[in-house]
Amino acid sequence: MDLALDIGTWFLLLTGSFFLIITGLGLLRLPDLYTRIHAGGMADTLATLLIFVGLALQSGFSLVTVKLAFVVIFIFFTSPTASYALAQASFVAGLKPRLDGFGDSEDNKTSDDLGKGRD
Amino acid sequence: MSIFAVTAIAILVSAAMALGRAILGPTSYDRILAVNAIGTKTVLLIAVLGFMNGRPDFLDLALVYSLVNFVGTLAVLKYFKFGTLRGGLSGTRKRGN
Amino acid sequence: MRTASLFLVLLAVWLLLSGIYTPLLIGFGVVSCALVAFIARRMDVADREGHPIHLGPRIITYWFWLVVEIIKANVDVAKCVLMPKTYLRPSMFTTKATQKSDLGKVIYANSITLTPGTVTVDLDDDVVLVHALTTGSADGVKSGEMDRRVTELMREA
Repeated sequence: MDLALDIGTWFLLLTGSFFLIITGLGLLRLPDLYTRIHAGGMADTLATLLIFVGLALQSGFSLVTVKLAFVVIFIFFTSPTASYALAQASFVAGLKPRLDGFGDSEDNKTSDDLGKGRD
Repeated sequence: MSIFAVTAIAILVSAAMALGRAILGPTSYDRILAVNAIGTKTVLLIAVLGFMNGRPDFLDLALVYSLVNFVGTLAVLKYFKFGTLRGGLSGTRKRGN
Repeated sequence: MRTASLFLVLLAVWLLLSGIYTPLLIGFGVVSCALVAFIARRMDVADREGHPIHLGPRIITYWFWLVVEIIKANVDVAKCVLMPKTYLRPSMFTTKATQKSDLGKVIYANSITLTPGTVTVDLDDDVVLVHALTTGSADGVKSGEMDRRVTELMREA
């Protein structure tokens, strides 16, 4: 039983670490601010969830498990709010997202069209 | 080497990459994003280190740090937007329809 | 009624976080929770928005559905980061939020942001401006599945 829990912890923590490394990579190599927000969101959601579930398997069922759950819930409530505030602030400040030059999909509107469509 | 040490190293490598974005970042919003990401990784690191040393009491620190990180990010964004931390958020939607 | 349930929730959080059960500390907890509940009542923040206890068990099922969506979206974004040439197709579009209350709109917008690959950039009345990383994640929002579920979640019981 303990062996199964240990294997589960190994698997979950390693997967979480993998997603963390990908998050760091995404922060470095994606081309503009808005795409980097998506990469940052990955560490806030799945990597956090995987690592904390992995730790919860080690702690057994006690108050520690409840505290782990509290941390995950707090992060899941606060992280989208922070991301939204960041995206909205940079959009209001006039930072235009790059929508072209990544391929040839034709339904990409430019951000100017979008501003007109909103009024 | 325990699995906790491996995870801690991965978290540190990821935080170093976010730090690189904070140094490179062309706009200040990139830097705020990087700081926010490093904050989340610090929460993870505190929790993993607590388990590595057999002291899960560290989780209280992780709990507080996650809340402080959120408030800090919002405070810096508000300061960038208005140039001051005083006053409420009323009358902020100048761009509205 | 809502003040009483707020007091009970606060007390449960206190008991779970403290872990030391002596009469003195539990007494402190009861007093401070009662104080917070009283102030919340005076400030009028313990209403349907501030303390949405009426969502009840429906929001739990919604959270489980949301976690599954988050896992799928994370795999998408991870593929995009590893192979940006193939998958990176950023787009920006507006969509409608069909929820009536402000709380429903906030739940919808935050769910969009919480799913990696889509970020709410602006929320104006009932128009949501979304930035999506790949075509797959853009289609996920455009299909309106999440919107339908949140509207159902917010419907009056």
